[in-house]
Amino acid sequence: MQVEITVNGQRRSDDVEPRLLLVHYLREVCGLRAANVGCDTTSCGACTVLLNGASVKSCTVLTVQANGQQVTTAEGLAPDGELHPVQAAFRQEHGLQCGFCTPGMVMAAVGLLSENPHPTEAEAREGLEGNFCRCTGYHNIVRAVLAAASSRGGTAEQERAEAGA
Amino acid sequence: MIPAPFDYVAAESATHALDLLDSFGDDAKLLAGGHSLLPMMKLRLATPAVLIDIGRLTELIGIRADGDELVIGAATPHAAVAASDLVRADAPLLAHSAAQVGDPQIRHRGTIGGSLAHADPAADLPMALVALGGRVDLLGQGGTRRVAADDFFTGFFETGLDPGELIASVRVPRLPGAAWGYQKFVRRANDWAIVGAAAINGRIALANMGPTPLRARAAERALADGASAAEAAEFAAEATEPGEDVHADRDYRRHLARVLTRRALERRR
Repeated sequence: MQVEITVNGQRRSDDVEPRLLLVHYLREVCGLRAANVGCDTTSCGACTVLLNGASVKSCTVLTVQANGQQVTTAEGLAPDGELHPVQAAFRQEHGLQCGFCTPGMVMAAVGLLSENPHPTEAEAREGLEGNFCRCTGYHNIVRAVLAAASSRGGTAEQERAEAGA
Repeated sequence: MIPAPFDYVAAESATHALDLLDSFGDDAKLLAGGHSLLPMMKLRLATPAVLIDIGRLTELIGIRADGDELVIGAATPHAAVAASDLVRADAPLLAHSAAQVGDPQIRHRGTIGGSLAHADPAADLPMALVALGGRVDLLGQGGTRRVAADDFFTGFFETGLDPGELIASVRVPRLPGAAWGYQKFVRRANDWAIVGAAAINGRIALANMGPTPLRARAAERALADGASAAEAAEFAAEATEPGEDVHADRDYRRHLARVLTRRALERRR
């Protein structure tokens, strides 16, 4: 089936089998290897990408379901070579160990911060509950998310005060 | 894991989906978010020949008030239900339940109608719908019929949906200010409930205490007769038929039903 999908800002047209999973489309058809296949059962989050700006697990989305829509992978976060604030924060805070979960963690974090720009630590942990780090390096990952949020200015407390004002 | 081959049709409208269902019959399955169906297809537990995609039909997405009910389009994702000001104000138990499903990514894709049609007795939304006394609007070639939650879930992963029907929308009573409690016992983050209990306005529903979500009717009767939460909860496991698995045996599930029902009643908010 012919699909037209905008991947990292570039519109593509590809002929795909209906059963082709989005993660396989991204890795094997588009050549974008950031999204990893981890558990392949909608649990680990290593395959997380943004679909129309919302985080999704691309092992459980058919490519044909993304027809006509926008997909963003970790490769698309830094189109000009300058790290996205979330990527920069993961580097600064050493939010990774082996690195396998990292692209999914970064995309989940970008999705989380788009919905909640200044999460509390508890909200950051809850917001990443769909992503497993089998190195168990969660503390630095959470620090990185909070650092990325504060690098945009403002805090959860300030934001709430403003919202209440 | 890759699903067996199938044909894919994006329905242009709900009635188009019904026509496609008619023409393909039992070979077809409806696809919305696909977060129950695709994992089953990857495991080859389901091998439909045709998927009819209704996940982007705007007529099946959205939340509105209709008199004393909220009407939620069947293809509305859990994240939208959980974040809806209308749902949070008038049916906070449902908003809370939607926020308990899986994890953020799953809630972006999974839909309320998909979860109800899948009818996993351990899932959040079937229990919430039974607790709330909600209803589902089932659309077929003959029009729409409205089925109460208590009658919709007919067996283990089975519902009252006829083969040619789809869930168009979900209806829950508007109960602003009604105290409600929600308890879900899991061993792992974002897992299905080993047992769950939800309580609102004298109704108590249990998850994973039988082949369908169940009313804890003996406990409800005790409450109605003036029993305390702790006293009523002692009856929570009556007339249940929990299964046994690696997580829990029957006696432990009955124990959990009593404890979670007591907590759901005592911690109503």
